[in-house]
Amino acid sequence: MNVMMRDRNDIRRSCFSRVPALTLLSLLVLAGCGREQSALNVAGRDAAAISLLFWVMLVGAVLLWLMVNGAFLYVSRFAPGRFDERHGRRLLIGGGIVLPTVVLTALLVWGLSLLPDSRTPGDGLVVRVTGEQWWWRVEYWPEGATEPVVSANEIRLPVGERTEFRLLADKVIHSFWIPALGGKMDMFPGRETTFTLLPDKPGTYRGQCAEFCGASHAWMAFVAVAMEPEEFDAWLQAQAEDAAPPADDAARRGQAVFRDEGCGACHTVRGTDAVGQVGPDLTHIGSRLSLGAGRARVTLDDLATWVAHTDALKPEVRMPSYDLGEDELRDLAHYLKGLR
Amino acid sequence: MKTPPSGIPKPEGTYPPTEAMLAEPVPEDLAKAQTARLRKAWAAPPGWRYPSAVNNTEVGKWYCMTALSFMLMAGVMALIMRLQLAVPENDLVSADRFNQLFTMHGSAMMFLFAVPLFEAISILLLPGMLGARDMPFPRLSAYGYWSFLIGGIFVIGSTFFDAAPRAGWFMYPPLATEDEGPGSDIWLLGLSFIEIASIAAAVELIVGALKCRPPGMRVNIMPLYAWYVMVVGGMILFAFPPLIAGDFLFELERSFDWPFFDPTRGGDPMLWQHLFWIFGHPEVYIIFLPSIAIAAMVIPTVARRPIFGYSWIVLSAVGTGFLSFGLWVHHMFTTGLPSISLGFFSAASEAVVIPTGIQIFAFLATLMAGRVKMTLPMLWISGALAIFTMGGLTGVMLALAPFDFQVHDTYFIVAHLHYTLFGGMVFPVIAGVYYFFPFIQKKLLSERLGKWAFWLIFSGFNLTFLPMHLTGLWGMPRRVYTYPTDLGWDGLNMISTIGAFIIAAGFAIFVWDLIRPKGHQPQIPRNPWDAGTLEWTHDVPEETWGVRSIPHVTTRYPLWDQPQMQARMDAGRYYLPDAEEGKRETLVTSVIDAEPIQVQRVTGPTWITHLAALFTGGAFIFPTFHLYPPAIVSGALAICCIIWWLWTSTARPPEADSKDVGLGLRLPTYAAGPSSVGWWAMWITMLGDATAFSSVVFGFFFYWTASPDFPPDGAAHAAAGWVGLAAVAFALNWMMTVGARQLNRAGSVGAARLCLVLAPATAALGAASLIVSVWGLAPESHVYPAILWALTVWIAAHTGAGVIMQLYCLAGSLFGKMTPRYDADIWNVSLFWHFVTISALVTCAVMGLAPEAL
Repeated sequence: MNVMMRDRNDIRRSCFSRVPALTLLSLLVLAGCGREQSALNVAGRDAAAISLLFWVMLVGAVLLWLMVNGAFLYVSRFAPGRFDERHGRRLLIGGGIVLPTVVLTALLVWGLSLLPDSRTPGDGLVVRVTGEQWWWRVEYWPEGATEPVVSANEIRLPVGERTEFRLLADKVIHSFWIPALGGKMDMFPGRETTFTLLPDKPGTYRGQCAEFCGASHAWMAFVAVAMEPEEFDAWLQAQAEDAAPPADDAARRGQAVFRDEGCGACHTVRGTDAVGQVGPDLTHIGSRLSLGAGRARVTLDDLATWVAHTDALKPEVRMPSYDLGEDELRDLAHYLKGLR
Repeated sequence: MKTPPSGIPKPEGTYPPTEAMLAEPVPEDLAKAQTARLRKAWAAPPGWRYPSAVNNTEVGKWYCMTALSFMLMAGVMALIMRLQLAVPENDLVSADRFNQLFTMHGSAMMFLFAVPLFEAISILLLPGMLGARDMPFPRLSAYGYWSFLIGGIFVIGSTFFDAAPRAGWFMYPPLATEDEGPGSDIWLLGLSFIEIASIAAAVELIVGALKCRPPGMRVNIMPLYAWYVMVVGGMILFAFPPLIAGDFLFELERSFDWPFFDPTRGGDPMLWQHLFWIFGHPEVYIIFLPSIAIAAMVIPTVARRPIFGYSWIVLSAVGTGFLSFGLWVHHMFTTGLPSISLGFFSAASEAVVIPTGIQIFAFLATLMAGRVKMTLPMLWISGALAIFTMGGLTGVMLALAPFDFQVHDTYFIVAHLHYTLFGGMVFPVIAGVYYFFPFIQKKLLSERLGKWAFWLIFSGFNLTFLPMHLTGLWGMPRRVYTYPTDLGWDGLNMISTIGAFIIAAGFAIFVWDLIRPKGHQPQIPRNPWDAGTLEWTHDVPEETWGVRSIPHVTTRYPLWDQPQMQARMDAGRYYLPDAEEGKRETLVTSVIDAEPIQVQRVTGPTWITHLAALFTGGAFIFPTFHLYPPAIVSGALAICCIIWWLWTSTARPPEADSKDVGLGLRLPTYAAGPSSVGWWAMWITMLGDATAFSSVVFGFFFYWTASPDFPPDGAAHAAAGWVGLAAVAFALNWMMTVGARQLNRAGSVGAARLCLVLAPATAALGAASLIVSVWGLAPESHVYPAILWALTVWIAAHTGAGVIMQLYCLAGSLFGKMTPRYDADIWNVSLFWHFVTISALVTCAVMGLAPEAL
């Protein structure tokens, strides 16, 4: 099962193979791929500044490395005893003190000047994200809102605006990170942390928890979508709606399974009697781009597999695996897929 | 200290020795008899009693081999992880197993390999470099070694029972505090046990470098290695205690539900992060500096000239040590701290480049001015430089907070830290193994195998870790047991896995070279590299005495600059050429100028250290399974063993006050107070103890400043009256203890004994009052009562130890071990109480004044 969504017509090209890439050449080929979770595949202002900083530091580091190791090779191999104490002192003071002082001062001035960016206030939209084991509880608070639009495991942002994130955690520490847009920020139980991100390229990206948070840390991801502002507003409005009623018989049977199995004890489907707060809100699960916090796709097959084998897909997850008949599973998946 | 030494004679006779005295030959018969006596006194026990040896050369060897074994085990864990990560969505190991593996890999490499190996190598080499016969407290080294072995097997062994810690080597709460099963307790208690052994070794190494140098070796001419030992020992002393304090709070939370790190009851997980990284960052330099020290010994030999910029290097080492304590927040850049903190710690983290750079450039300058012979050790040093500079340069990148925001907790960090640790530790240590192997066996390791091992490890290392920089930049977080395909990580991970097995092949060759039988290889002469420092005078493995006689040293490279030294040492021309009483002895010299001041009797083979280590281990290991009664029994037995060991072998009144040490010099055989090694050891230990106590107090003020509800409204406070009584009692106890010391020295033995009866009573009263003052508070309810209880427990435990010490002195006075003349014990005990009294009074002030101030 795949995290990323095969049915999406994004920039991803299938240039991967399971054959191990052994040569530098194939490395370079790999480097040509679009990557949703790369800090170098820049789609936000903060990520762009950091990326530029990195490339400049990389060039500097390579030069300095060549200098030091070249000097070492030269004095130890090719020029034994050609120098005296006077040269030694010059080398010590020049290389050990003057050079690093100059380079580091310049670097600090530049690097630290980037600090305020991610701390600048947002342009209005506030997104509250709570890290749970191992999924994301998401609330959108547009400017002036009195109650949030609740979602889960997916972050959508308007392009060209700074969105403020207010981060919390349920039980253990997590870290919120969308590499394509900018740096990460840890999420603590009992203490709110905040930062802002400014996407400037529409697209679909991937975020992942970066702080080790237990057994399924590896499977705590999400899809981040940067959208044009008007598109975003429309989407948010749709998200605020209650769930769509089941459209056909299969969906109605699926809803019955959902009710009979007690899914509503943990999950909310707004507009129904499912109001559980333990697990992710499922009101619009059918329209999301991933299932199980970036673990699978929202397809009928994946939905059925997830419900039947949660622990196999996500070790130690709190949601139990449900031993349902094939028909029940299919109906349930159909119902969920219809919650668009 | 104004008190004059009580009738113990001062050193008398000629010092320094004249050339004429040194030129005079030693009569052959006398030399022969001396040799026989020395050999007998210093022989390691044969046959099945061999493990009871305490000679630094034996203990050092075991220590090194044990640390190396733990490293290999942790390396195998890394290989399993690399196999799991070779392909996406792999199911070779489960998530839980993987989490145990990476937790144990990091913990074992840090606590069971890197730090102990430094201590092991130093125990092995330092006395040799200083021309001393042994470490000042051989039994303490042995006790530390056996504790390390027991604790290490316990901790790493948990992996085989699927019960290993699994919350990461940094053990962040609440994940680690909430974790079910014994894993976290094994980490906390098992490693605390080892940390205490590490501190013991650090104390001994510092005292060794300060007090056991040969006559004439002033601090400014001692081998650079000894300087690094002092710096690193000092760092261990200040870095480990915050972690031990953190472990103490952590284990109280795990065992008794005192909510230090639980945010729902006023606790704060950030306190652990601070305490952990105040330890964790200096730890990096604790690992790195000793390896620089090895390079500082190898490079002058290879360059065939003295090290360039000796004082620059010493100052830089000290500077690195200092700065390393101001960097810890760079491990916490993404925790949402204010920008001003980020800026400060970014700058501090960059600043440490400068002293590090100076050390490297001083080596470069030495090579530049010398005539380099490319030997196998030098090949490994070159590899170290290539790898370390790269790790250093990525470190410069990471120190900039904004860049760290991106790559923090990704594979970029995994690459960075392995570059610094392989370049800054593994390669220099292997260089050291090739360089110092003839010091142990008078054989060389194979040139051919050495080159194979080098190129395999070097290329395998870069194949594994160079791509990881990119893996991290492409977004792969650390500590994930698997990953989805399609994110571009598949190929990079496969390359890293292949590289890891190439490293493993290199290590297999290295280890084989190390342990293969070398019986057929001819012995090489002493000092095969023609080095300039004293360790190469050792005649191993034939003679276990270290040096035949302890030389008078006046230069940095005595074997180069004092050409007759080796011959004269071997002839027994210098100090302590004999062991008339059949006892093990070494010289104690003054701290700065290394003037001889005392003959120190050092302890010989014993089993008591094994028993003491075993029972100490029990006291730490039983509580991991919540078996408290056996733990208490075990702890009590450990204390009994230690008392017996101290009583029978330390600070015993000698048969004569002074003795002839050769070259017309008579030295006292007993010392008390500041001129004795024991007093220095106590001082240094208590500095560490005070640091740990300060860390707990720091916790109190951290809660106060970081959380608005500390203490919560209407919280009950410690009962002020009882706190006041405790303060008075502790002050009285201190006066009695110091009074006992003064009265005893003045000859009023009866009055001193009375003081030693009253002092424990007042100390007990103090601890009891403190306990009564917090008795009504419920430590599970909120962090405020919990931290007051923690302070109380800390002081009560120290009071317990202090009372035992006072009674030990009383017994010593009653049974003739402690007299007005021989009073080292009471000096050390009153020093202990100086520190504990301050801790107790600070505790009383915090507890008594908190209700007023907060």
